Amino acid sequence: MRKIPAISLQISIMFLFIAMASSPFTTRLQAGQITITIKGSTTVLPIAQATAEVFMDRHPEVNISVQGGGSGFGIASLIDGSTDIADASRPMKEKEIIKARSKGVYPHEIIVAKDGIAIIVHLSNPVDNLTSDQILDIYSGKISDWSSLGGKNMKIVVVSRDTSSGTYEAFEELALKGERVRPDALTTASNQQVAMTVANTPGAIGYIGLGYLSSRLKAVKVNGIPCTADTVISGKYPLSRPLFMYTNGKPKGIIKDYIGFVLSEEGQRLVREQGYVGIR
Amino acid sequence: MTKERFYKWIFTALAFSSLFFLLGIMITLLVQALPMFRQVGILRFIGGKYWYPTYSTPSFGILPLMLGSVVVTTGAACVCIPLGVGSALYIHELAGPIQRAILKPVIEILAGIPSIVYGFFGMVIMAPMVQRFFGIPTGLNAFTASLMLGVMATPTVCSIAEDALNVVPSSFKEASLALGANRWQTLVKVIIPAAGSGISTAIILGISRAVGETMTVLMVAGGAACIPRSIFDPVRPMTATIAAEMGEAVMGSLHFHALFAIGLVLFVITFIFNIVAEIISRRFRLRLGLGR
Repeated sequence: MRKIPAISLQISIMFLFIAMASSPFTTRLQAGQITITIKGSTTVLPIAQATAEVFMDRHPEVNISVQGGGSGFGIASLIDGSTDIADASRPMKEKEIIKARSKGVYPHEIIVAKDGIAIIVHLSNPVDNLTSDQILDIYSGKISDWSSLGGKNMKIVVVSRDTSSGTYEAFEELALKGERVRPDALTTASNQQVAMTVANTPGAIGYIGLGYLSSRLKAVKVNGIPCTADTVISGKYPLSRPLFMYTNGKPKGIIKDYIGFVLSEEGQRLVREQGYVGIR
Repeated sequence: MTKERFYKWIFTALAFSSLFFLLGIMITLLVQALPMFRQVGILRFIGGKYWYPTYSTPSFGILPLMLGSVVVTTGAACVCIPLGVGSALYIHELAGPIQRAILKPVIEILAGIPSIVYGFFGMVIMAPMVQRFFGIPTGLNAFTASLMLGVMATPTVCSIAEDALNVVPSSFKEASLALGANRWQTLVKVIIPAAGSGISTAIILGISRAVGETMTVLMVAGGAACIPRSIFDPVRPMTATIAAEMGEAVMGSLHFHALFAIGLVLFVITFIFNIVAEIISRRFRLRLGLGR
């Protein structure tokens, strides 16, 4: 009678060891001989991740470590030498460039993608143009009914994103100009969720990355300019911005290969898959 | 014999591991939440009306988040208590053997549906229905979240309450009927009080599930950090706030500590729930003179 639990315990411990030995963690460690570190903007993070994954598949000897932390953090890491590539959703500031030079770092700027934010409403909404000021007033709570914007007599349901999202960060910078979003705005976790909420709610307004537009949504013009890939690339559309990667000096060796891959036709396809606008 | 001691030692360690985990979690929560309380102050944290953690002048007031949790949980209790206890009573008292054989497993399967499925269903199907039915601006609100959580917690309540009813000795029921009480009187005066501790445990466990539930409220409650004025307002419960913001909060920032502080508040609330459950069930046991 005593033997049975003892044996089963031994078997289960054995399985535990087998499971530990065959975990992917141990095999991963051996692969990376060359390591590239990328740190910075959470907006550029998905681009860096998607391209790094495919690049690592092609070059098994390369290990790319991608981290978020924000544009400022990425640039600071480039200056103190703890990263090879800094992702940034804004150009480097004059101060940062001076600081970099004083440490012997010469930042080289590469635009890897463009980010355009579409303002979307329900298909049945007759409003098709909003000014930047109107968008600001809607999101800060000064305007709360569609009738004052030439629409139906209907309460505006403001849909926003969690403050941690890159799209939110871009929207805050480009449209809110430091104002707080009204506290009763709905917040959702993803671009798709904003799209779904707006598509289902007649009085809703939301913002999403250009790549997430679909026929179930109506994108309004901003200051009379429609949100399309062309107006975003040319920079005419007000809610658009370039996304950067910075390297120390012109990229060389494997870093050059990686940047080249990001800018290639295939890399830019990955950029579009992540919901951004390609630069080609 | 040494083998026996060895196994005894292993199982002692296993038994005490949960104590170890609990202590570890408590200490981590406290240590990580402390900078928040020190910099902002407990009163301004708990009583503050605005939650804007990432602005250049941040506000860390969790009153709207706590009220969001309270509204959603109360709503869920209003759904899961009648549904759960009612179906437990039906299964125990009225259902025939065939009905019981079908109902009980079906309700238990309901408990196994992942919360994300409830969340998705609530978001895609319930929310538009609620919005159209009541003619309100949005269906992503405390009401829809309460409905979904209530349905989610129902199997927990029903299953545990039914087990509690089963443990009541059949001699109680037989004695009551023999004394001339009808079925209703027997149920209300004898069986329910006898199973009272189990039923209240069932209710409290159901409510705890609703308080701690994250994914469904994250998807369905609307996520607006404002003080709700009606059940049809969107809310942002504490769990949803932690889940939505923890991924990107910079380690060691005030925002990061604020999320731990919310976790601590949640922990204290569930802790109080557990104590209340314990007190209630003890009181029932005393009244009945049961040794259980």
